[in-house]
Amino acid sequence: MKPAIDAAAVRGAFTVERTFKATPAQAFKAFTDERAKSRWFAGGGDDPKLVEREMDVRPGGREVAVGEWKSGKTSRFDAFYFDVVPDRRLVYAYEMHLDARKISVSLACVEIEPHPIGVRLKVSEQAVFLDGYDDAGSREHGTNYLMDKLVASLTD
Amino acid sequence: MLNQSTPLDRAFQALADPSRRAIVERLTRGPASVSELAKPLAMTFPAVMQHLAVLEGAALVASQKIGRVRICRLEASTLDRAEAWLNARRAEWERRFDRLGRYLEELQKEGGDDEARN
Repeated sequence: MKPAIDAAAVRGAFTVERTFKATPAQAFKAFTDERAKSRWFAGGGDDPKLVEREMDVRPGGREVAVGEWKSGKTSRFDAFYFDVVPDRRLVYAYEMHLDARKISVSLACVEIEPHPIGVRLKVSEQAVFLDGYDDAGSREHGTNYLMDKLVASLTD
Repeated sequence: MLNQSTPLDRAFQALADPSRRAIVERLTRGPASVSELAKPLAMTFPAVMQHLAVLEGAALVASQKIGRVRICRLEASTLDRAEAWLNARRAEWERRFDRLGRYLEELQKEGGDDEARN
């Protein structure tokens, strides 16, 4: 095993909630059916081209999405489902890779609750951000890259 | 919505405004004076000062008066790689929810998809 040069890890958590006009069954399907999920999960436009896809949502099942960017870089999403309660809840862990580098490991929970106008969705994630961006040499470059991504993701 | 006071929440709220995002975007390319910020953004000096106050309150931007000029820069300790990354993840979910909302709306119009699953 090679020695860890910089083993910095940063933890963080966030929750995003919203109410939708839909049934819990429709919301559940939007998260668990490959075709339904493809209608909304990824952004389109400048998003990477999907080169590998796998989706098997059940306890012990996996989900994989590998995207290829115009730059030739690939991003890889690897998820493992721990808990799947139809129309109510999903608990999964996933790791993200950028090329060969592991960027993050996260635990995610999707909660679906009936609501007077339809359904309330709550997505919570706890993440450990690893220092995968650093081995290219420049921390500054990583900062700018992420800032660019941040700004891009916030600018429609 | 419960933890309004975490730095991440304040940062996210501050970045919800397109003008403030434009300011942050400009500052990612390096420090700038208030008038340098105002010019390309077609904003008045007081408008930029107001936005800066919000960004400084969220600890995203720091400014320092050098002579008669106020120089602004990104507050690296707050908006470091990890925070930026987390903010981006969160923003990503907000945008996913926007698309999910449109998708579910279409389903309603189409007549409810396959609700009778059993």
